Amino acid sequence: MRNNDELSRIVRNVTCVLAVPVTVFGLYIILHGHLTPGGGFAGGAVMATFIALFLVSFRKEIIKKDMWTKLFPVSEILALLAFISLALLGISAAFFHNFLANSGLLFGMPVPFGVNPGYLGTGGIAPLMNLAVGLEVFSGLSLILFIMTYSKPDGDKND
Amino acid sequence: MISMPFVAVIVLISIALFTIVFKRNLIKIVMAVHVMGSAVNLFLISLGYREGGVAPIFTNAPRLGMVLPTPQALTLTSIVINIAIVALMLSFAISVYAHYGTLDTKKIRLRG
Amino acid sequence: MKKEVEVLTLAVLFILLLATTISIHPFGKPCKTEMDDYFILNGQNQTGCNNIVTSVVFDYRGMDTLGEATILFVAVTGVFMVFWRDKNEK
Repeated sequence: MRNNDELSRIVRNVTCVLAVPVTVFGLYIILHGHLTPGGGFAGGAVMATFIALFLVSFRKEIIKKDMWTKLFPVSEILALLAFISLALLGISAAFFHNFLANSGLLFGMPVPFGVNPGYLGTGGIAPLMNLAVGLEVFSGLSLILFIMTYSKPDGDKND
Repeated sequence: MISMPFVAVIVLISIALFTIVFKRNLIKIVMAVHVMGSAVNLFLISLGYREGGVAPIFTNAPRLGMVLPTPQALTLTSIVINIAIVALMLSFAISVYAHYGTLDTKKIRLRG
Repeated sequence: MKKEVEVLTLAVLFILLLATTISIHPFGKPCKTEMDDYFILNGQNQTGCNNIVTSVVFDYRGMDTLGEATILFVAVTGVFMVFWRDKNEK
């Protein structure tokens, strides 16, 4: 698909201005997944919509080829491996055992029962798994967008 | 006796099924598959509703009667699976268009 | 002739699906809620999350989330495979 043109100056400037708020909003949804609605999947999808806006409003030659052949696949693979290794760390009791909840370590504050304003230090391994899944969804959806923009499909008319 | 969310699910499924069977454009067929997946997501969420319930989140909750949380967890998985299905179908549609030059299913035939 | 048979089949399917909306439970009164009541009562104590849906997705049913992350990875690999060229330029 031809993407050699770029949109007008207003659209390009607003895209550059919108880079920080959209990313911060997506990271907020990912990080507070154990207190408010959201979590890893919704936050990763919000961060991937910024990549879609970026691909539409700029020229195709601005992005180097190394970014979508080396950077994004590596980050996706590392995020999936981190998710699996977090599940394997509590193998002494069960496969997905929450070994950080109600202990004294990183995310291990006990939660008082009932309605309370959310405390960020609770949750066990759920915030760490939210981060891993959020990074994986963001890398995967951005990779799909990059491939569909930069490659010609494999059809050659041989019939 | 007649529950409106379930009737809406049935109407969406039948519209999508009619489009898959009777329409000839490939993009319309892909969109109808996505509409049918979204109708199943709506059915899953409306199965777990309790009367007078709030969202199952304890942060600043209005009261303690909550809806069932398990169908909402299954719907999260189903949304991601629908994304994967539609992405692969659209890439195949791009490949078919590059090979045959048309998106009409009556003009595309298997050779050999 | 063939098109009328197809339309008739779709109409019969539509009426059968409408008949099931009367026979499942009415909207708002689910049948058996023991498992979800256990999740709501003990989820905060055992997992430490305020969000019960997150504790169901990542702790009580984490295996489904592992399968879902794998499906997303395989879909991205499949899209890569459709557009891959063996030459230098792509």
